Formats: sequence, structure tokens, C-alpha cells
Amino acid sequence: MDLVYQLLFTGIGIGSVYALVALGFVLIFRATNVVNFAQGEFSMVAAFLMVIFAVDLEWPYWLSLILSLGGMAIYGALFNLGVYYPLRHRTYLPVIISTIGASILVTNSTLALYGPQPQVLSNLLDFQGINLGTVFFDSQYLLIIGVTIVLVAFQYWFFEHTLLGKKLQATSQDKEMASLLGIPVAAMIMITFVYSAMIGGLAGILVAPILFVSIHMGGTIALKAFAATIIGGFGDVAGAIIGGLALGVIETFGAAYVSVPYKDGFAFLVLVMFLVFRPQGIFGERVAEKA
Amino acid sequence: MTSMVDIHRAHAQSHKRGLIAYIILIGLLVYVATTKQFDAYITNILMQAVTYSVAVMGLTVVLGLCGQINLAQAAFFGLGAYAVGLGTVDYGISFWGCIVIGIGIVLFFGAFLGTSTLRLGGHYLAMVTISFQQILTLVMINWIPVTHGPDGVSKILKPSLFPTPQSYLGFCVVVLAVVGYLVWHLPETKLGRAMRAVRDNELAAGVTGIDVQRTKVIAFAICALLGGLGGCLFAGGFAYVSPDQFSFAESIVFLTMVLLGGVSSPVGAVIGTGLLILIPEWLRFLKSIPGLYLAIYGLAVILIVLFMPDGIWGFVSQKLKRFRKVLHLSADVPELELVQTQAHADDVLVVTSLSKHFGGLKAVDEISFTVKRGSVHALIGPNGSGKTTTLNVLSGLYTPTGGSVSLDGHDITHAAPHMRTAVGLGRTFQNIRLFRSMTALENVIIGGERSGNPVESGALAREERARAALNFVGLGDRAEELVTSFSYGHQRLIEIARALAGNPTVLLLDEPAAGLNSTEKMELRDLLKRIAAKGLTILIIDHDMTLVGAVAEHITVLNFGRRIADGDPVSVLNHPDVVTAYLGSDANAAH
Repeated sequence: MDLVYQLLFTGIGIGSVYALVALGFVLIFRATNVVNFAQGEFSMVAAFLMVIFAVDLEWPYWLSLILSLGGMAIYGALFNLGVYYPLRHRTYLPVIISTIGASILVTNSTLALYGPQPQVLSNLLDFQGINLGTVFFDSQYLLIIGVTIVLVAFQYWFFEHTLLGKKLQATSQDKEMASLLGIPVAAMIMITFVYSAMIGGLAGILVAPILFVSIHMGGTIALKAFAATIIGGFGDVAGAIIGGLALGVIETFGAAYVSVPYKDGFAFLVLVMFLVFRPQGIFGERVAEKA
Repeated sequence: MTSMVDIHRAHAQSHKRGLIAYIILIGLLVYVATTKQFDAYITNILMQAVTYSVAVMGLTVVLGLCGQINLAQAAFFGLGAYAVGLGTVDYGISFWGCIVIGIGIVLFFGAFLGTSTLRLGGHYLAMVTISFQQILTLVMINWIPVTHGPDGVSKILKPSLFPTPQSYLGFCVVVLAVVGYLVWHLPETKLGRAMRAVRDNELAAGVTGIDVQRTKVIAFAICALLGGLGGCLFAGGFAYVSPDQFSFAESIVFLTMVLLGGVSSPVGAVIGTGLLILIPEWLRFLKSIPGLYLAIYGLAVILIVLFMPDGIWGFVSQKLKRFRKVLHLSADVPELELVQTQAHADDVLVVTSLSKHFGGLKAVDEISFTVKRGSVHALIGPNGSGKTTTLNVLSGLYTPTGGSVSLDGHDITHAAPHMRTAVGLGRTFQNIRLFRSMTALENVIIGGERSGNPVESGALAREERARAALNFVGLGDRAEELVTSFSYGHQRLIEIARALAGNPTVLLLDEPAAGLNSTEKMELRDLLKRIAAKGLTILIIDHDMTLVGAVAEHITVLNFGRRIADGDPVSVLNHPDVVTAYLGSDANAAH
């Protein structure tokens, strides 16, 4: 039974990371109607920035964290200008392809600069964790869960109770109407990309001590985050969080009880099952195109 | 003026000349491939280019023709390659037997992924194909007893018919040539037109009678098939396969190839594949830094999408177009016939208690009306009265909340749009939905290709009918022009011609006068009268009271989703409720 609790804790921890990345996914999808296939690279780039500042340059963690997140804000802005903005009037297909191109470009540029050797980042907190009974609560997982809760609460407050949040919502619902009401749509989309890059980056930095920091971490995380959004219901914020947590738990139990090498396969299996039997996800509604 | 038969003969002849030239060219290539002494390095590069090209042409079909994405082409390629590798080495099956098995496997997976995902739209397909790719790589690496794991399969034999590398290369060139020929001509077939229609405008495709889902699945399955076939040939050519040759990165390479060369044509596939196999060979030094080479691929993808969306071949063929003479033949075609199915009953379209609610809003609330055969029936009402919603429910774009619709005795309440078209419903859209990459003629031909069209089929008859429909709306001499070059009013006429070509039992016109100037409105009115004179039943929705008053024999009025009047024009237009709905109540109108 203790093993079950231990696995549940680990699953929720890793699921929180998926949930954070999925959140970034959903925000960009709602603002632009486009799925960003380079979403996972936000996490990967941030983790590498953290390695550069904290490990290579040996700067303190808090400073490295601020610099990395600042770097991600700039990265998100550049990403929007280079990959999405020029294509904003085209159909979704060129944009998808362009984000895939960006994903390949960033992953392999990192490989060319940093080599294939995975990097190690130690736990962000000084203490290792706490034992409750025979269940060990690792400090890094506790941190991830804590940060996720805070961020979700912040985002709820931001979108529901601030003017900027309302403007962002208006933009995601109807760009034409929003712009007629004087909302600077281009700036709103820019903010969305910057914010999405930052939470994706934060997820990457948080998960870095658990996984190795490698060029492949982005792709793996992004695929699971996408699976999470489908499980939760595409484009739904609450769905992304629930889906992320569910996926983390399923995967952890699958690895423990079924098979370790196929650990990454469970997410896709669940994804396909949902697509076949409940494509609208847990929360989603099916929407039809208007004539 | 020439007859249609003459035009077809001229087309067939130029086609025949092209085919002969093509066969001679391929013959030359095969001769060079089999007899010229290449060293092994060159043979390998050519072999790779030829087998990859087959797979890339799969993407030409799915991405270029049908507008759907596939990010797992390397997985299908790998399935084919492993079928040949494992089949010949471990199970002693002949090379040809393995090709059959391999194609069977990829078709199974292609159809499965397609049917489960394609109805959900592009983003899902992209992600599901990536997932499939990742799962397959995991299986290839980890299912060691069957796949040999990361070591891969070696000592794969070539078929005994083509024992030497160069004779085998010649064989592969022939396969590529046949595939290329078929893919080249696919856009002009009924299936190919359906794929392009789905790419251009899914909604209009469904309403024009195309089974959208089926068309997409077929395109996806063809793509998988060509991927698998390419993989089978690859395994025979290289005698060794391993999981890393079929990774996600390779799927991206396939995608880059088709984008660089140009998605719209198999020529683009060959150009893209050739370049992306040769360039890395010339730039071998790039491979000394891991990642750099793929990083450049990634950058290339972005730059191509940004600056050269049609790829190299798209660019070149655009330039060549100026020099190519366009066959501009106008043909004598008989006047458009509108054959009416032998009348079952006088009531052709029966709408009973139809409702459509959006949450709490009752956009259409229990309305009933009957359209008589051969009549022009108008559905009018102020803005927001539920007219367009009614039309969308009738054509199957919305599912009704309640009630029923029957056409010619068939209950079509819950039928998909293309099924309704097959029973005899035709429609136009308020905001024009033509297939924008096609000519006027092609648009109208698609309309005529609906299943259940009682007019005789066959390529010649279809084209003749489409030309007749265009003549009927007065645009026959501009049949070969792209629809985007027509004015708004003319695009509307093409849409009407497209519906007429399908020989519908009932024609639904959604605000046909919207956006037209007064001359165009007069022309439209005359056209509608000519259509009505041919005995076609029309249900028209419009605001324009002069138009409705001039053509309609029967009017149903809606307001706030409910029917408020129904009858002949004079009595309906003088009905007090109708006057109130349009002009406000008497109290307000006084003084």
C-alpha cells in the first residue's frame, strides 16, 4: 500500500509538470488557434539556460532562476516574431509546419552547441525531503506541486480579475471584435507567447533535477502535455491541468507495474484511446464550423 | 466551335504524346541506371533518392492534394522496410510476398490512424502521427525477440529477379516512374478532385456531395501505402535496416523534402528528395558537428514556409506557365438539362416541427412547412429570425434538436451533408464557398460528380454537363479560369452552376442576392426564373423583397425562430404579423 502512495505522489509531481506545459499550450492555442509544436522546447531551453548560469557559471540559484525566466521571456517574444507572426493570416497548416521547423532548429542547435551529453542539475532546495511513515516526499516533487498550485491560482486571478486578463480572453475568443473594441490584438498575442514561454520554461527548470537536462526532454514533455490537453478537453484550462495530473499518475503506475521501457508509450496509448472513444476529452464540447 | 468529342480527342492525343515521351525518358533512365558503371557510393545515393522519392510522393498526395498532415511517414517507411527485412531473413518469405505483407500492414495502420483521427481536424492528426512514430520507434528498439532491437536486421537479400545492385536500381526507377505517373494524374480524377475540394473547403465539399471523411482516409492510406512501398524497396536496396533510420527526425526529413520541392506535384517530390539527399553529401563536413545538419533542416522548413510556400517546383511551374499555350477551346454543348426524378408525390421537401436550440436560445422553434414540387418557395424573415440556421439544419451542417426533414420521401433528418446531396439536395452559401485553387469548370464538375446524379456519368459526359451549366449561367467562355479571378457576383453564379450540375431535386439558395449590385440582382432574378422554368424546385432565403416578390410562388415567414405566416406572396406580405415584424407595430408606424 505504501508503494501505491509513493507512486501516487511521484505521479502527481511529474503530472504537475505536464500540466504546466499543457497550460502554456492551451494559452497559445486559444490566442492563435494554432498548436505550437515547439512548446516543449520552451522547457528544454530554460533548463539549459539554468545549467549555463547555475552549473557552468556557478551563480546562485535564485539569480540563475531570474535570468533564465527573463531569457525565456525574450525567447518567447522572438519565437512569436519569427515563427508565428509572419504566418498569422495563413491557414493552420503552414503554422504547424513552421513550429515543427522551429522545434527541430532549436533542438539541434542546442545539440550542436552543447553536445549530446545530458547535463545534471541538482535539487533546487537544500533539503532532500521528508519521510512520512514509509513514504518519502522528495523536496523537488513537493516544490513542483507547490509551484503548480500557486501558478494555477495566479492564472485564475489574472484572467478573471484583471483588465489585462480580460483583454487576453477577449482576444482569444474573437480577434476581430477585440480589435474593433480597441484591444491591441498583436500585443495580446505577444504577451501570450511571452507568458507561455515563461511557464513552459519554469516547468522545464522544475523538472530538470528529476530528469536529465537533455535536448530530448522538450519533445517528450511536449507530447505528453499535448496528450494531457486532449484527455482534459482541447483548449480547456481546467482540462489541461486534470489531464496532466492524470497522465503523470497513469504513466508512473504503468512504469511500476507493467513495463519500464514502454513508459513513454502509455501516454500515447491513453491518447489514442481518448481519440477513439471520447475525442472531446473529459471537459470538452464538440464544436462545429459555422456555415 | 468544336464539339466536346473533338476537344476530348485533342486532349487524349496530347496526353498520349506526353505518355510516349515519358516512357522514352524512363526507358533511358533505366538503361543508364542498369548499364553505366557506377561505383557503389553513387549507386547507394541513387538508390536512396529513388526509394525515398516513392515515400515522399505519399506526402504529395496527403499534404499537397488533400491538405492533411502526416508526421509519421518514416514510420510507414520503416514498417515496409522491416516487413521485407524480417520477412526474408527470419521467416524465409519471398521478397514479393514481403512487399504484399508490408503494404497490407501499412494500409492497416494508415486506415486505423486515419479513421480514428481525421474527423477531428489537423492538430490532432499532427500529434497522433507523431505519437505513432514514437511508439513504433519504441517497439522497434525494445521488442528484441521479433525486431532484433537496436542492432537492426542485416543480410537482407534482393529478389532473385534483380540480383545486382544496378539491376535492382533499374527496377526501383520503374516503380518510381509508375507511382509518379499515377500521382501526376490523380488530381484530374474524381478522387483527386474530391481531395482538392476537401483541402480547399471542407464544408463546401461535404455539401457538394463528397464524403469528406472517406476522402481523407483514402488520401492518408495512399500516403501510408507509398511510404510502405518505398520502405520495402529501401530494405532490398540496402540489405540492412535499423530503428534509427526510421525515427521522427527522418519523418521531418521527408516533410522537408516535399515542402522544398513543392507539395503540389510529384515532380516537386523528386526535386526535393534529390536535393536533400545530394546537398548533405556535398556538405559532409556539416555532419562532423552533431545537430548542425538537422538544425539547418529546421531553419530551412521555416524559411520555405515563410518565403516559398509552393516549393521549388511551384516556383518553376509558375514561371513556365507563361510559355505554355493554354488550350482555350469553347465547345458546342447542348443546353443544360435538369432531369427530374419521377415524381413520388407533390410534396418534395417536408419540414415538420423542426427545432434547433443553442443552449437556451431557440434559434429555430418547431417550424413546419412544405415545399411543392416545381415551385419556388421563399423563406424570409428579419435578421436573427432563424433563416440561415434553418438552412444549415436542412443541409446537415447542424443537427436538429427536434423535428424531422424528409426529401422525396427519404427521411434525411440525421443524414450527413453528402448523404443529403446524394438524395438530391443542392445548395449555395451566403458567404461564397468555392474551391479556390480550381478553375470554374473543375468546381462545377465536382458538383456534377455527386453520387445519385441521374444524368449519365463518364468523364466526357461530366465535363459536357459542367460546361452546359456554366453556359446556362452565362460564364461558359471563361470555364478554364481560376475561380479567384472572377468578380463576387460571378463567383455566386459559379456556385449556382455547381449546384445545378448535380441535378438536384431541390435547390437551396442562401441569400443569393447578398452583396450584389442592382444589375447583378436583375440578372440573378432572370436566372432564377429560367431555372424555375425548367421545373426545378427552389427554396430561397433572402432579405431582398423585390427579388422574393418577383420569383416566389409561396412564402414562409419566420420571426424569432417561429413561423408567423405561410401562403401565397400577396396574402403573406399583407399579413398583419409580417408587417409588424418588418416595419414595427401600427402604433409605432402611425403619424
